[in-house]
Amino acid sequence: MRKNLNVIAAYSIMMALIILVGIFQSWNVALSIFNLCLISAVMTMGANIQWGYAGLINFGIMGYTALGGLAAVLISVDPVQEAWRAGGFDIIMCLWLIIAMVFAIRFILKNFEKSKFRTYGIAAIIVAGIVIIRITAEPGIEAIEGVNPAKTGFLGGFGLPIIFSWIVGAFFAGGLAFIVGKVALGLRADYLAIATLLISEIVIAIIKHEDWLTRGVKNVIGLKRPAPYEVDLQTTEWFINLVEKFNSGKLALISNLADRQAALNQMVIEGSTVFVKLCYSGLFLIVVIILLILTQKALYSPWGRMMRAIRDNEEAANAMGKNVVKQHLLIFILGSAIVGIAGAMLVTQDGLFTPGSYRPMRYTFLIWVMVIVGGSGNNFGAILGGFAVWFLWIEAAPIALFLINFFTAGMADTHALKVHLIESVPYFRYLMMGLGLLLIMRYRPKGILPEKIEIK
Amino acid sequence: MDFLNAIILLLNYIFIPALTYGSQLALGAIFVTLIYGILRFANFATGDMMSFGTMVTILFTWYFQSIGISLGVLPTALIAIPFAILFMIIYMLFIDKFVFKYYRVNKSPPVQLAMVSIGVMFVTQAVVRIIIGPSDQRFFDGEKFIIKAREFKEMTGLNEGLALKSTQVLTILVTIILVSLLFWFLNKTKTGKSMKAYSDNEDLALLSGIDPKKIVMITWIIAGILATIGGALYGLDKSFKPFTYFNNMLPIFAAAIVGGIGNPFGAFLGGYVIAFSEIFLTYAYKKFFMYILPESMEPESLVQLLSTDYKFAVSFSILVIVLLYRPSGIFKGKVL
Repeated sequence: MRKNLNVIAAYSIMMALIILVGIFQSWNVALSIFNLCLISAVMTMGANIQWGYAGLINFGIMGYTALGGLAAVLISVDPVQEAWRAGGFDIIMCLWLIIAMVFAIRFILKNFEKSKFRTYGIAAIIVAGIVIIRITAEPGIEAIEGVNPAKTGFLGGFGLPIIFSWIVGAFFAGGLAFIVGKVALGLRADYLAIATLLISEIVIAIIKHEDWLTRGVKNVIGLKRPAPYEVDLQTTEWFINLVEKFNSGKLALISNLADRQAALNQMVIEGSTVFVKLCYSGLFLIVVIILLILTQKALYSPWGRMMRAIRDNEEAANAMGKNVVKQHLLIFILGSAIVGIAGAMLVTQDGLFTPGSYRPMRYTFLIWVMVIVGGSGNNFGAILGGFAVWFLWIEAAPIALFLINFFTAGMADTHALKVHLIESVPYFRYLMMGLGLLLIMRYRPKGILPEKIEIK
Repeated sequence: MDFLNAIILLLNYIFIPALTYGSQLALGAIFVTLIYGILRFANFATGDMMSFGTMVTILFTWYFQSIGISLGVLPTALIAIPFAILFMIIYMLFIDKFVFKYYRVNKSPPVQLAMVSIGVMFVTQAVVRIIIGPSDQRFFDGEKFIIKAREFKEMTGLNEGLALKSTQVLTILVTIILVSLLFWFLNKTKTGKSMKAYSDNEDLALLSGIDPKKIVMITWIIAGILATIGGALYGLDKSFKPFTYFNNMLPIFAAAIVGGIGNPFGAFLGGYVIAFSEIFLTYAYKKFFMYILPESMEPESLVQLLSTDYKFAVSFSILVIVLLYRPSGIFKGKVL
């Protein structure tokens, strides 16, 4: 109990802050912050596994998130039969071609000695393959995109409940991580960071512009939800009764019957959005807890010890017979898969998939601030970092506004400087992120909750 | 005649834009490479440092415009740049003293310095946005074109026009001058040589009496000059928007790595490699083939290797390929 005091204290403060937002702003805002905090927490856990356990830098987080989101679309949207009829055949042909290409390359890699000739052969196969695939796919893609472009214009998905996409998202992200890891893990730390960042940009460029698969920048809206819809709730008997019971004290004060009914209606509308958000919170909380248990178990297992050994001294671990390359690849896949889950969760919560909103340059660094501020190598720290940083990111504007008003209290309201500062309030969040990161790096380099390894 | 038309077409749409864009990237890439070679970390604040320098240039330009100083046909920003450089150098040295120095003295691993540079990136972003705002700023004044497309057509009687913007010529000229000065400095002066020595082998350089403080200071000064001029030229040619500068960091990094990070000449060439390949691969060659091929063989499609949507992706793919096959860059060789 005692040694975990700082963890408990930090989390209590965090929860208290969110509750304060609920009281002073609204429960709706507080819950949406809380939900996104949970999603960020999942992402930071993924990044923490890679960075904290194994010392691998992955700046490709947004690419995996986008793939998770893509999984949500592909799983939950109903298939567009017409599009399948129009161009499905070509697309499936392409898929076979890609598989054939991969096997051809594998065959060459296995059966020929490494030489210039082999490299050129592989390059030739890839170039020829891309050309053939483009020629095969072109009519199919055009046909698919031509099917009712305002509403569909893509192949659709499998029409399954969206919850499944959380698992599929993990597999998608893990698959990408396998390819990236095979290709890039041999690089030195800073090269790896840049390479993964650029690969995630490429992935997002593909998702953004392959309209037949993702509808691209036309966005996919109205995804199925695992939670009930507000409109349905507002007409459900038990829910209205529940809201009435909760607010019976307030309602009793209103004597006029019509007024009371109006007040109740208002409460039901507000209550329904809060209820839906609570459903999401519950689901997300379950994911976070499961992941936390698993990662904690892994951290204290022999495997976790081996990972730390590899992180702290690669050569020594190698000399002890640990397969460093394989373990790096494994942990790269695991961490990315977790980020993929978070991506699917994010799309599930929003109910829409907007490829344009994945900005690697913006959010990747934010996630990394979360990991470092929270405490790399410590799962509780990573989750706390996710909460604290996201909270600050959202609430930075009100805080900055308060501070500006406080420090410029002596100035007239029309003073040019004050007006300018108040106009630029949204940008103070970058300042807070930057200063927070710099201060933590300088004075508490291991994060708010530092890594603590004890042998159990 | 058709052949000439085809050449003018390529000049106008590929060669000149790529040369300009490449020069802008090259300056940024040399900046990245210098920091990497001497201070030994990947500076993620590159794009934002450039936008900071450009912002200061814009503020000085506005000030000069308001008191009525101008260069006539040349943009006023040219007078503003030296003042901006001065300001920028102070900013760089300030950041170094209060942020990077601590980690350098403690001999922190490069990854930690890179993380710290992310903090600097956030702070610089905030400062730029708070001072000048996130929106587009155009600060170009003076004569826009040296040769206008229509005039060129009338002059030569060709079908294709060649437009030459003054900012393009300015960019290329300034880059050539600046880069030659820089290479002269690095290769011929004593300080430049000691910088090289420091980058090659820190311990040996220290043993032979090179003052590390001076080396670091000069690196930041050169970096400040490059960042300001590179950023200002980009802003003059296109426009100044903080987020674009932030995003430009990626092609700049790509250029630096393609050229072999730590190698300024490689970075210089890398800028052009990235720029040319981006534009070569995404340009639609239909019109070009219409000029050079007989009518019966004219292509029906756009003859575009990749759609322009993948413009960024091109440079990144090149980078990934280079990283895989030659992690030390295509112009490898000695560091710095």
